[in-house]
Amino acid sequence: MSRLEVLKTYKIYIGGKFPRTESGRYYTPEQNGSKLGNICLSSRKDFRNAVVAARSAQGSWANRSAFNKSQIIYRIAEMLEGRRAQFIEELIKMGASKAKAVKELEESIDRLVYFAGWCDKYQQVFGSVNPVASAHFNFSMYEAQGVVSIVAPEDSALLGLISAVIPVIIGGNTAVIIASESMPLCAISFAEVLATSDLPGGVVNILTGHEKELIDHISKHMDVNGLLYCRENVPLSFDENCEINMKRLSHLYSTNWSSEDLENPYLILDHLEVKTTWHPIEQIGGSAPSY
Amino acid sequence: MAKKSKHTSWDLSPAPESTGHVDIKKKYDLFIDGKFVKPKSGKYFNTINPASEQVLSSVAHANEADVDRAVKAARKASGPWQKLSRKERAKYIYRIARLIQERAKEFAVIESLDGGKPIRESRDVDVPLAANHFFYTAGWADKLEYAFPNRKFAPYGVAGQIIPWNFPLLMAAWKIAPALATGNTVVLKPAETTPLTALKLAELIQDADLPPGVVNIITGEGDTGAAIVNHKDIDKIAFTGSTGVGKIIRKAIAGTKKKATLELGGKAANIICEDATIDQAVEGIVNGIYFNQGHVCCAGSRLFVQESVYDEVLEKLKFRIESLVVGDPLDKNTDIGAINSKEQLHTIEKYIKAGKAEGAIMYQNNCDLPSKGFWCRPTLFTNVSQSSKIVQEEIFGPVLAIQTFRTIAEVISKANNTPYGLSAGVWTDKGSKIFNLSSQMNAGVVWANTYNKFDPASPFGGYKESGIGREGGLHGLQAYLKF
Repeated sequence: MSRLEVLKTYKIYIGGKFPRTESGRYYTPEQNGSKLGNICLSSRKDFRNAVVAARSAQGSWANRSAFNKSQIIYRIAEMLEGRRAQFIEELIKMGASKAKAVKELEESIDRLVYFAGWCDKYQQVFGSVNPVASAHFNFSMYEAQGVVSIVAPEDSALLGLISAVIPVIIGGNTAVIIASESMPLCAISFAEVLATSDLPGGVVNILTGHEKELIDHISKHMDVNGLLYCRENVPLSFDENCEINMKRLSHLYSTNWSSEDLENPYLILDHLEVKTTWHPIEQIGGSAPSY
Repeated sequence: MAKKSKHTSWDLSPAPESTGHVDIKKKYDLFIDGKFVKPKSGKYFNTINPASEQVLSSVAHANEADVDRAVKAARKASGPWQKLSRKERAKYIYRIARLIQERAKEFAVIESLDGGKPIRESRDVDVPLAANHFFYTAGWADKLEYAFPNRKFAPYGVAGQIIPWNFPLLMAAWKIAPALATGNTVVLKPAETTPLTALKLAELIQDADLPPGVVNIITGEGDTGAAIVNHKDIDKIAFTGSTGVGKIIRKAIAGTKKKATLELGGKAANIICEDATIDQAVEGIVNGIYFNQGHVCCAGSRLFVQESVYDEVLEKLKFRIESLVVGDPLDKNTDIGAINSKEQLHTIEKYIKAGKAEGAIMYQNNCDLPSKGFWCRPTLFTNVSQSSKIVQEEIFGPVLAIQTFRTIAEVISKANNTPYGLSAGVWTDKGSKIFNLSSQMNAGVVWANTYNKFDPASPFGGYKESGIGREGGLHGLQAYLKF
């Protein structure tokens, strides 16, 4: 007797939990005529809840040591490696060939490992001690912007998503992501990976739904500090709304998400502020170096 | 061995760490080309537990032929290792880091058994730092162009690495991790009194499936080290140890193409200003000199106290020393474990004698010592001068020499009056004074209101006769690349 398969319910990811959308609505993306599933059609309220979760997680996430962040990002890679089969199956369901699915999964894992290494290095490479003319110790360091909203790549369900979100959180930001509309499955499964990777709840929040419905709310929300748009053209209203509370907008788009061009530390710096500190140096006991 | 103290009303009950889960073989061969092989020398020597003088294991004594075999294996592995994608190299090093984390407890216990250091230190300092060093450095393997922008670089090839007995596993990590990340292969020799954790690391490297020959670990004595230094097919020498041996190595490689990184001795000044938080400073003095039985190249062995707070500091320091627990390294309450070897104990005793002979006044903790093993009570000397032997020479034991100063200018010139320049400590509540003093110290590392802090991201190494080059951080990578 054949066994009846248990189908997975795809929910959204907010504050480390997997709620359904408060709106109760769903949509049904299809691939080659077959339905991918009933996917949450997230609302403005879901987005606002996600920002609250991201904001409350931000301070303590930013205060984690760089080394600890590095270990957590590496842990995400470990957990993704452990779920190969699931992701490959989903990528195939969403239209990839077997070979392409395997390639995307493996590149995703390696990209996580690449960025894990940057957590405790970007400050060392790009921070500076500034040779001011007065007797002051003057140094500049990078600090997180705060909450960053990400409109994830539409055409790269896993690798694109990872390339967008990981550099953002490395610097101590927390993120609210709108997943690929037509290929949402991996985003939610990736949320399950995050939930089991020692990443504190609320650091990454993932919503599914229509870009058109949400985009205005994202760009107008007063508690969002930065925006990252990862689809081809930044909508004009999105760009204009940044004026409201001076959101920092960046645009990351590629026709080839597996390109090594997307592995660089400048993607981290895009979502950071520079802080400069002055400290006096006492001018006493001034003596020549004695040997 | 809980200590009886007249200052505390409660004695500590023994809290020994169990040794049940550690696996030490009766005999260890040389780790060459991914396998454990019998030494061509046919010779073995014993490694003992310095706290009980019992034999732990017998390890191979590599001779010139064995060194040659290890270098040949490293040379053969060098080409493929350099050609391997840098991402994959990183992933190998991450593996090593993770495996050390998984086996941390076993490494910590063996480190304490073989070297005599308190389990609290091997558990909380040595082993986690070693794992973290691999983890941090792994990430550099595919990011080197950001460390050295606009420069063309290549690995040297084969690195010969010789490490000391005070932090056996940690020093192995400091040496192996950057060498691998930059694309070198290595032949590493641990110290003869503490070979076991390096040999356990060899087993772990096998488990990590690192290509054979990329890391070779050979045990032996001074002659083995000399054979590594003098081997014609080694491109790079990395040595941590005494300034005396460092000078011999520097001379031996003169006129050859070999490059050297030398991390040598120290005689660090620890400076307590009158505006320091005294209780915190006293803790810093104790940590500075008595950490790891004083077997630390950057130990704060010369204490300078501003005259106005001298009496208070001395009284508090003596009180604190009295509460230090000396004894069984495996006891979690132990502050000061066993001296690493009989030879080192003799050296320390010789210096204590010299201090007394020169008229210095000695104060020691009053505790009982175990009947077997090598032990030295935490010791301090006052009434010393700049020219005293115990102020000028590195003792490498739990012996502190205390002097006073009146002005900042005076302490700067006193602190810098040494051939060494590894580290210094500064204690003051005034930030501007910290930056003044730290810029005046001729030392590679300056700790302000803290001491003996290490981190894989932070470069370490000395000025003057304390060595050449830096280890750790971004700067430590440079030592393994030719530009």
